[in-house]
Amino acid sequence: MFDVDKIRGDFPLLSQSPQGRRLVYLDNAATTQKPAVVIEAIGRFYETCNANVHRGAYALAEAATEAYERARRRVARFLHAPGPEGIIFTRNATEAINLVAYSWGLSQLKPGDEILLTEMEHHSNLVPWHLVAARTGARIRAVPLREDYELDLEAFYRLLSARTRLVALVHVSNVLGTINPVREFVQAAHDLGALVLVDGAQAVPHMPVDVQELGVDFYAFSGHKICGPTGIGVLYGRPELLEAMPPFLGGGDMINEVWVDRSTYAELPHKFEAGTPHLAGAVGLEVALDYVEGIGLDRIGAWSRRLADRAARELSSIPGVRVYRPREGSGVVSFTLAGVHAHDLATVLDAEGVAIRAGHHCAQPLMRRLGLQATARASFYLYNTEEEVEALLEAVRKAARLFAPLVERAIRSPVQG
Amino acid sequence: MDALGELYSELILEHYTHPRNYGDLPGADRVEEGYNQSCGDRVVLLLKLRDGRIEDIRFRGYGCAISIASASLMTEHLKGRTIQEARAFAQEFKDFVTGKREKLSPTLGPLVLFRGVGRFPMRVKCATLPWHTLSLALEEKNASQEEEEKEIT
Repeated sequence: MFDVDKIRGDFPLLSQSPQGRRLVYLDNAATTQKPAVVIEAIGRFYETCNANVHRGAYALAEAATEAYERARRRVARFLHAPGPEGIIFTRNATEAINLVAYSWGLSQLKPGDEILLTEMEHHSNLVPWHLVAARTGARIRAVPLREDYELDLEAFYRLLSARTRLVALVHVSNVLGTINPVREFVQAAHDLGALVLVDGAQAVPHMPVDVQELGVDFYAFSGHKICGPTGIGVLYGRPELLEAMPPFLGGGDMINEVWVDRSTYAELPHKFEAGTPHLAGAVGLEVALDYVEGIGLDRIGAWSRRLADRAARELSSIPGVRVYRPREGSGVVSFTLAGVHAHDLATVLDAEGVAIRAGHHCAQPLMRRLGLQATARASFYLYNTEEEVEALLEAVRKAARLFAPLVERAIRSPVQG
Repeated sequence: MDALGELYSELILEHYTHPRNYGDLPGADRVEEGYNQSCGDRVVLLLKLRDGRIEDIRFRGYGCAISIASASLMTEHLKGRTIQEARAFAQEFKDFVTGKREKLSPTLGPLVLFRGVGRFPMRVKCATLPWHTLSLALEEKNASQEEEEKEIT
C-alpha cells in the first residue's frame, strides 16, 4: 500500500497553504518539492559541518570532506556506477551535458563527424551541441518522432553511421513522458564506435537506473527533480573516458600542481570540479536519494504513472482536449484544449489552485514537430493524490466552460488554433 | 464578476477569435516583430505612416487570447492617430496594466477591459507585448532614419 497521506506529511510546503491558497502542485517535471529531511540536512550541514573540502588541515574540514565524498559514494550506488571516481558533481543536468560538450566534444569532434540527437530533446541537450558543432564543424542529425510519440528506431538505424561520434538522447521525455529504449540505442551506437550520453533528468525520479546495465558512456541528472536541493546535479562518466578528457572549468581543487604558465590536473573526479563545490547541496542530495529509495523508486514510478494514466484517460474524454502521450508513458501528461492557448488554460487552472506548466517546455523542436506553439503539462510525483487528479479534471472542465465558444468553434473547424 | 470572468470577457474572447486588422500590409513603412520568449507569443506589427500619422496598421502572429485581443484592440485605436499620440497611448496602456496608473483615457475605450490582467501578474506581459512592439516600431531613431530614406527616394 502506497501511503500518500504519510508521504505528504513529509513535505512542509504541501502541508501548509503557500500564499494562503489551495495548492495542487502538478509541475514536478519542472522541480519537485523537498521533504523536511532534506531541508534539515542542509541546515544541519551549515550548523555542524561547514568548512571547505579537500584542503583544511583540521578536523572540521575533514568532516566536511567526508560528508561531501560520502554523498558522492551515495550517488555512485544510486546509479550503480562502478565507483565514485566517475561521479562528477555539477550544478544541474544542463551543466553536466555542457561539461561533456566542451571537454569531450571540443577536443574530439572534427568536420564531417556527426552528433545524433533526437526530436524530443530538451534545449539542454540541444544547445550545447549547437555550440560545439559551430566550433568543430561537426554535423547534427536528429532521430525523428513517430505518430505514437515514440522515437523512430528504424530511422535511428538509418541515421547511425561510422560518422556518428555521439548519440545524445533523453531517457524520459519531459513533454511526452516517452520512456526511450536506452539499451537498444547504446548497443547499436557502440557497435559503430559511437559514444552515448543520456539526459536522465526526468528518468531518475521515477525509475531505478543502472548505468552499467544500460551501458551508457555518460549520464546526467539534476538533484532538484528528485526531492533534492537546486544547484546540485550529477554527471556520470565512464572513468576511462573521463580520464582521457581535458578539464572543463579551471581553478582551485581541480589541479595537481600549478606554475604561473601551466598546471597539471587532479585525479578523477576532482579534475572536473573547479572551485568550492555546493557541499550542502551534495549532502542534501544524498538525503533525498535515501528518502526516495526508502520508499522505492519502482513504487514511486508506478504511483506517478497511475495518476498520469488516469489524468490522460479522463482528460481525453473532455470534448476538445487532446493528450500527447505514448501508450506507456511516465508521470507526465501534455495536453491542449482546442481553440484555447495553453497559457489561457493555465491561468484558469491557476485560479483554481492547480499549478501546471504551459508553454514549449524548453523543447521547441518537439513543439514544431507536433505542430504546436505550446501545450499544458501536468506532471505527477509521489505526493500527488487521486483527489488532485480530480481537481485537475474539474479545473480543465471549468476552462472548457469558460472558453466554450472558442472550443466549439475550434472543434467545428479544426484548422483554427 | 470573478477575476477570470473579467479577464476573459466576451469582448476579449471575440477579438481573439475574430482579430481586427489581421494580415499583411503591402507597402508598410515599418515592420516590427515582438516575441515573448517565455511563452512563445509572437506579434508582427505593420505600419503605414503619412505626415506623422498612422495611416494604416495591421498585425500578424500567434499567441494567447490576451495578446491577440490586445493587438486587435490596439490596432483599432491607432488608425489615424499621430505618432506622438500612439507613443503616449502605448505608455499609458503599459502603465495601466502594470498598476502604475488608475484610469485610462476614454479615447482608449474598451482597452479598459485589460484592467483584469493585473490580477494575473504572469499574464501582464501578454497584454503588453503588442504595445512594446508598437513602441519599438515608433522609436525616434527609426523615424529619423525613415525621413532620410524618404528624402533620398
